[in-house]
Amino acid sequence: MSKMGSIGQRLYRGDISYNFIARKKFWYALSAILLLISIGGLLFRGLNFGIEFTGGADYSIPNATCSVEQARSTSESLTGAQTIVTETGAGTIRVQTETLTPDQSEELAAVLSNSCGTSADQIKFQVVGPTWGAEISRKALQGLGVFLILVTLFMTIYFEWRMAVAAMVALAHDMIITVGIYSLTGLEVTPATVIGFLTILGYSLYDTVVVFDKVKENTRGITGQSILTYDEAANLAVNQTVVRSINTSIVALLPIVAIIIVGAYVLGAGTLLDLAVALGIGMVVGTYSSIFLATPVLAQLKSATPEMKSLATRVNARRSQVVKKAAESGVLNVEGLGLDAPSLDSKDVLMVSETAVIERNQPRRQPRSKRKKGS
Amino acid sequence: MATPVKSKPWRLLSALLVVVVGFSVWALFPGTDSSVRLGLDLQGGTQVILIPSPVVEGAVITDEQLAQTVEILRARVDSLGVVESEVTTAGSGNDAAIVVSVPGESQERLVDLVQQTALLNFRPVWNLFPPNPEATREDSPSSTPTQTGLVQADSNTAEFETDVAALNCLDPANYSGGTPDNPELWLGTCDQTGTVKYSLQPAFIQGTNVTNASAELPQGGVGWVVNLEFNSEGGTALANASSQLSVLPECGTGQSPCNAFAIVLDGVVVSAPRFNEAILGGQASIEGNFTAQEARDLANVLKYGALPVTLEPVDITSISPTVGRDQLEAGLFAGGIGLILVTLYLLFYYRVLGVVAALSLLVAGSMTYFVFVVLSKTVGLTLSLAGVAGAIIAIGITADSFIVYFERIRDEIRDGKSLRQACDSGWIRARRTLLAADFISLLIAVVLYLLSVGSVRGFAFVLGLTTLMDIMIAFWFTHPVVVLLGRTKFMQRGSRWTGLDPERLGGISVADAMAGQSRRKRREVLT
Repeated sequence: MSKMGSIGQRLYRGDISYNFIARKKFWYALSAILLLISIGGLLFRGLNFGIEFTGGADYSIPNATCSVEQARSTSESLTGAQTIVTETGAGTIRVQTETLTPDQSEELAAVLSNSCGTSADQIKFQVVGPTWGAEISRKALQGLGVFLILVTLFMTIYFEWRMAVAAMVALAHDMIITVGIYSLTGLEVTPATVIGFLTILGYSLYDTVVVFDKVKENTRGITGQSILTYDEAANLAVNQTVVRSINTSIVALLPIVAIIIVGAYVLGAGTLLDLAVALGIGMVVGTYSSIFLATPVLAQLKSATPEMKSLATRVNARRSQVVKKAAESGVLNVEGLGLDAPSLDSKDVLMVSETAVIERNQPRRQPRSKRKKGS
Repeated sequence: MATPVKSKPWRLLSALLVVVVGFSVWALFPGTDSSVRLGLDLQGGTQVILIPSPVVEGAVITDEQLAQTVEILRARVDSLGVVESEVTTAGSGNDAAIVVSVPGESQERLVDLVQQTALLNFRPVWNLFPPNPEATREDSPSSTPTQTGLVQADSNTAEFETDVAALNCLDPANYSGGTPDNPELWLGTCDQTGTVKYSLQPAFIQGTNVTNASAELPQGGVGWVVNLEFNSEGGTALANASSQLSVLPECGTGQSPCNAFAIVLDGVVVSAPRFNEAILGGQASIEGNFTAQEARDLANVLKYGALPVTLEPVDITSISPTVGRDQLEAGLFAGGIGLILVTLYLLFYYRVLGVVAALSLLVAGSMTYFVFVVLSKTVGLTLSLAGVAGAIIAIGITADSFIVYFERIRDEIRDGKSLRQACDSGWIRARRTLLAADFISLLIAVVLYLLSVGSVRGFAFVLGLTTLMDIMIAFWFTHPVVVLLGRTKFMQRGSRWTGLDPERLGGISVADAMAGQSRRKRREVLT
């Protein structure tokens, strides 16, 4: 059985299991640091908004024969406005200025095409008035508000309010960190980025719902037994879905990485690249939070309820008994079961010993062909 | 849980087959256009986003005003003669935005064209004619040269008359309007339905002289009338014109000039009432066989000098067709690479199940394509770059449904269930998760679609569509195929290639081991 070395395989077989919930303080601290850095970045550096938000004109000139300097002087002499000229991708020059009147913008396109040896209809340009960005942002915020209310309602009805709260905490975490990364790296925020942010909302929640659904399944009727505490059942759910979480993230990230690579090397700046970068960052953060943040927050909220507290007491009492019995009879390998410290904080309570498994003396499932006839 | 499931895979698969075949036939039916309509950013073109604001400050833009503005803009844009030009609105009231897009080569006139306020003026009618073009003299009887657009001249010259005669009012390009006329000149034009051709004198009143207009059903009257009020300048002009015109012979009798005046909007006659008497008070009413709607429309045209709002262009984007095509190709290329990578990963990890997943993706992909073509045909849906991005991202989200399902099957096998049982009981659990998670995706798609502008909408639409496809494929394809596979000898033998080998999966769950109780007992307690 030990021939499988990869962590993924062992996780999925249940050979190893990680107690995400008991180590929550570490993950909370990590998230808190990331959040602080992000908020700090937002406060001190702000975001680098694209022209759609600030207003301005943006020209992209493919196969340009002119130099960056030439393009700058051409544009500045015509418009009298300060111009930023950059080279994006192979031979494509990007010219950004303050917002222009429709007449000026046509003229600049003509002049640039002349001096850069590109025909006028090859040039892609965009001129945006400063009010438009405010409009887009307002619409996006409005959409965000409506969406959050609906999702909270849905989760409260489908799950319960504590799960809705935990999901919202994870969501806020994902958004702040993603926006924070944008602020710290100075990546440009365009309407496509905003689409990306909004999709992250959906993705982050999607991920959380999958994990919570397993938690819900594992904890149905949990107060009717005294084997597992809520924390443990929730942690089991995270462990059971962790393979899925990783696989899903890899599968979702693969196409996004493809876009980023194609975008960066073939297309240059544009909708596709902006969107993919935002999503890539958001998905990584979203996967992290669904595993390390959402469920621990949920477990903490839930364990504070009287029912779960009394459950935890019962579980502990029962465990001490089992340990005592086992020690008396000497049948069970107590150490291997990790039940020597029967408290709620036991970090290793989920570590499973194979000896214990074997001792259970259950018939192994056999393929039909190998079974004895009549059984 | 566990009321034993009796799934009927063949029935589900046939249902899917019917749907897929149905859509593919609809999409690819010969003789119709079976391509996806591309958005401006992919086929190149010019797009202007306009924000309307009310003429009177503080007022609220009504839906009616917005619809009227769009109507007028559409007429103007159509005058460029580019097929598939579009004028759409997003939002309503003072938050509305109007998006004008013209595909193809860069349209430099577009901004001027949409921004100008439409021109309304009142002209005395000189004469009216049937709409068809007359042959100009006898020079080339075989190919009648026809005049298009507006005919304008300084005075009623012979040349003007010939040009008017040659004007073809049966051609929609000539009666859809959109080209403002010069009020100082004579004008030959059509009415807005293309049934009458007019020869008109220079304008005697400009639209700006109209202070109010309303539709009314007068007491004791037989039909709707449109009441007009003019400012003092307009009132004087009207008094003079009506005194002169009302004594003239009726129009349509062949005599010219005649006693009607034409209300001309953006170069097209919207109404040509006849003067019954001299109108001296600066107030007039137009009678006719109006329906309530027609009367209201005419009143609106008169009242707002055509454009009921002022328009500010806030975003002008121009993309060359070559750049557009490059973007599309790069997008498809990225999508292709993404799909291959995902397929390879799924094959590597899930073996035979990976093949099912890859096939599911293929079916989902083709189904999405067919639905797109059908929607392009029926409701004019266009695919933008943001939509392409949405579709690429959907690959991952769709694949996730399979992963959730497969992982559930593995859980069930680890719990000691047989493969056949696991395929069904795993599905029952996975199904609930899928529906809950997809509901969230759908929710954000709908909210984004309803509350956004431009490219965000295209993205939201594709996201919503692919989420629905995801649900359909998971229910009607992936699950039945896995169930069928689970019945085969190959899968039941448990080879390492199945991806579901109980030997490799351990066959026993973590929880059981920890609890130290029999699996069955724990189940009774927990479920």
